[in-house]
Amino acid sequence: MSEVVSKVKRDYIVGLANQGKRADTRAFNQYREISVEKGLIESAHGSALVKMGNTQVLVGVKIERGEPFPDQPNSGVLIVNAELLPLASPSFEPGPPDENSIELARVVDRGIRESKAIDLDKLGITPGEEVWAVFVDIHVLDHDGNLIDASALSAIAALNNVSPPRIKDWTLPEFPLVKKPIAVTIAKIGDKLMVDPSLEEESVMDARLTITTIEDGSICAMQKGGIGFFTLEELEEAYALAREKAEELRRHVG
Amino acid sequence: MVEKPEKLLIDGKRLDGRSPDELRPLKIQAGVLKRADGSAYLELGKNRVLAAVYGPREMHPRHEQQPDTAVLRCRYNMAPFSVEERKRPGPDRRSVEISKVIREAIQPVVFLEMYPRSAIDVFVEILQADAGTRTAGITAASVALADAGIPLKDLIAAVSVGKIDDTIILDLNKEEDQWGTTDMPVAIMPRKKVITLLQMDGHFTPEEFKRALDLAFKGCEQIHELQKKALRDKYSIKVEEGQ
Repeated sequence: MSEVVSKVKRDYIVGLANQGKRADTRAFNQYREISVEKGLIESAHGSALVKMGNTQVLVGVKIERGEPFPDQPNSGVLIVNAELLPLASPSFEPGPPDENSIELARVVDRGIRESKAIDLDKLGITPGEEVWAVFVDIHVLDHDGNLIDASALSAIAALNNVSPPRIKDWTLPEFPLVKKPIAVTIAKIGDKLMVDPSLEEESVMDARLTITTIEDGSICAMQKGGIGFFTLEELEEAYALAREKAEELRRHVG
Repeated sequence: MVEKPEKLLIDGKRLDGRSPDELRPLKIQAGVLKRADGSAYLELGKNRVLAAVYGPREMHPRHEQQPDTAVLRCRYNMAPFSVEERKRPGPDRRSVEISKVIREAIQPVVFLEMYPRSAIDVFVEILQADAGTRTAGITAASVALADAGIPLKDLIAAVSVGKIDDTIILDLNKEEDQWGTTDMPVAIMPRKKVITLLQMDGHFTPEEFKRALDLAFKGCEQIHELQKKALRDKYSIKVEEGQ
């Protein structure tokens, strides 16, 4: 998902990182400004627009009747999908989802699924026949880096925004969102680690690691990306950053 | 296994009789395909994995050529008969993602800059799946790359670690993957001791994460020895007694 970057810019960003600095003057452990607007989309059962610096991701949640999986006949179904819209970046093209949008959707999916953030067992309707299907659609509107964190935050905010009365034939008192997993992506540039990489940082980074944690600090999902590597010490540092930042990001979910 | 077993660990032993820190039987063979430039066959438990490398060769389509480096491409594919219920042929979302993470796990060791404008293709075919196919695929692919004579900085050894019944275990089998709490595939450069693939889903406390990572390194060391043996078995010249 990174883009072509000139050697001058690469040297500049890497050089800055070596001095402990970033091109946009942030500290290594500092996110860009974050805003979360919920309920913008009336046709969705829950929605959230997250802005992380110039990056914008809109997530809409739809809840419909669906068929259960045969191995879990009375559990609801979670489906996460991501679209990298051509309007969001000159490097995105129309067409079937590529590996970047698939990875994005699957990383967000694992954070929600593996933390059991939604109590899917409560979403059965008729055992073996009908259950509630929760569709989380990630719409990337403006790509200026760190789509994973913006999408994961937007997804959990949109799920937190679901208002049951608007769902036809819904009988539960509320939507069973029981945890708020937060994804924090750490970029490695040279031997420096920093959170929330901007687009230009992503285009020069060696590797990234996304760590998704829940309220008690335990880890529910991880994903390394990029062609570089991490040492054991770097993983420890990355976890400490993820834990610290997740608490901060969770406050935006509301 | 349709029903979840009551316990996955009985008296410190796993359902297949292994102890928590034990690999399944592993066999690696280098150079098993004639047409490919490099290849490897791997068995890990009931996993049967074939990896083939083509290249460096001319890049098609040509507009994807890079003037200063070769391009590494990976395709992870499961045979329709490799799993219990027939898998629809062709790439699905899971295999697209796995192809990507395999490529990213392997690329750090390949001297791509030696082959500008060319492509190196790595094909990982899962003939029979028994959990841990992506890591088995990475282990096999790095042997296949070495077999193809492509200069490498290191091999890549990969294994999955996880958690069942609150115990950290090495190399999950299918039941453990399905019913266990956590699955964490890890790939490392064994000599440099750095991590090139790390995925995780499930639940780990920070302490469990550390222990699991240590166990993954131990498992990868054993795998690395067998990778080297596979290459030695194929390429060492046997000198007869008395010659």
